Amino acid sequence: MTDQAYNFAYLDEQTKRMIRRALLKALAVPGYQVPFASREMPMPYGWGTGGVQVTAACLTPEDRLKVIDQGADDTTNAVSIRKFFERTAEVETTEHTAEATVIQTRHRIPEQPLEEGQILVYQVPIPEPLRFLEPRETETRKMHALEEYGLMHVKLYEDIAHNGAISTAYAYPVKVEGRYVMDPSPIPKFDNPKLESAAIQLFGAGREQRIYALPPHTKVVSLDFEDHPFEASKADHDCDLCGCGSSYLDEVITDDAGGRMFVCSDTDFCATRQAEGHRGALSPQEEYA
Amino acid sequence: MTPLLSVQGVTKHYGARLGCGDVNFDLWPGEVMGIVGESGSGKSTLLSCLSGQLAPDAGKVVFDTRAEGPRDVLTMSEPERRMLARTDWAFVHQNARDGLRMGVSAGGNVGERLMAVGARNYADIRAQAIDWLGRVEISEDRVDDRPRAFSGGMQQRLQIARNLVTGPRLVFMDEPTGGLDVSVQARLLDLLRGLVREMGLSAVIVTHDLAVVRLLADRLMVMKGGQVVETGLTDQVLDDPQHGYTQLLVSSVLQV
Repeated sequence: MTDQAYNFAYLDEQTKRMIRRALLKALAVPGYQVPFASREMPMPYGWGTGGVQVTAACLTPEDRLKVIDQGADDTTNAVSIRKFFERTAEVETTEHTAEATVIQTRHRIPEQPLEEGQILVYQVPIPEPLRFLEPRETETRKMHALEEYGLMHVKLYEDIAHNGAISTAYAYPVKVEGRYVMDPSPIPKFDNPKLESAAIQLFGAGREQRIYALPPHTKVVSLDFEDHPFEASKADHDCDLCGCGSSYLDEVITDDAGGRMFVCSDTDFCATRQAEGHRGALSPQEEYA
Repeated sequence: MTPLLSVQGVTKHYGARLGCGDVNFDLWPGEVMGIVGESGSGKSTLLSCLSGQLAPDAGKVVFDTRAEGPRDVLTMSEPERRMLARTDWAFVHQNARDGLRMGVSAGGNVGERLMAVGARNYADIRAQAIDWLGRVEISEDRVDDRPRAFSGGMQQRLQIARNLVTGPRLVFMDEPTGGLDVSVQARLLDLLRGLVREMGLSAVIVTHDLAVVRLLADRLMVMKGGQVVETGLTDQVLDDPQHGYTQLLVSSVLQV
């Protein structure tokens, strides 16, 4: 490979320019899905090709990057994307939410509230919230344009009719600034209230070739019925490692005899709390000497 | 009194062939208009033009809207026309599968139009859905079943409930009894006749079944080769047909 073939953060400058234009448009029309010419990336679709392209277009050499997958910094997807940018952009990386300037995420929003100046990039598998209700793209575009969102409530109606409550637990549809209905990517509905944030939130769908965005402090309302209001649900338990009662938990099976433990899905949040001395029910016994 | 729907010179060509040519009629509130003719006579083309699904080459379709009085549907903007289509209008398809969401429960199917016009209370939506299922003779315990689990006749009745729940004033029906066996047809016709009279609906019914128009329609229009060949009161046209084609049509009905 020659020096000329290398460009900062993998993508060539014209591609980044194209993506930035789409990002600006997406920020100007919150919740609107902007088509963009998604590129072939050196990873399979479904691994975050959309998020990686958005991150590549946003990164500067001074940025500090954090990558999380289901809240964890140490899973395959997170590790491989972090390594990708360490190699192609030579940016600093971190696992601490507060220190990061750009955070690429899959399926979670960090527990620690984000601040102004931070960018949160989501990997999105299917950007169209109406897709499984209305298979025709021409029709869903028309429905967005004319604000015909009755169908979205039909889905919630079906949930209640069959399960007694709104059972949609992730990718819970939201209405942005009273206009566009948006799929917040498959984050748990526990994270929906955190969509109203001080950070810039960018959503990239590589295979579907769509980008959408939430500017800071945008009003985001989760759809519901008057008599079945939205509820941000989580496992009714405390974290077994750090004792936190308000964070989103993963259930981990520990043996084949029904043993299980609940731990924070946000590994950085949990580790920080443990370092501060918080302990949970299953924390290792400390030695008193 | 202004007509609810006034059709003036509606013409549609498919390339060089004529779909329907220069059709004129007025539909008055509470009136049911039947359009009969053989396959290919242009009756479905005409219905698509009237209901805004197809743009005719020439002519006007003036609908008496609730808010602004008579307006040409064809010059309306698309949002207005779609709003009309889910409030004041209803369209009953020949094949219930075209008009229903097969993956959504019966209650959800009926409730969709309510939610589309802003209903956001689950208990109210469900109560109305159950009420309407009762009116079309579908028992309450089927409310959470998908239309796939319904018989053809039930699917057709569900489609009617789904369309009438928002209290439309004009119903377009395309062969509403097509593909149903005779006893189910008879019950459906009975039901339709009851609903039309009870709600004071106006309707345009396209069919090739003369028995259907005899029972439901006040007035009749006979089409052949894209042209209207005869119009008049239903009984008058059927009992004393003037045009050669109408005579043929009436005499073609099998007597049991």
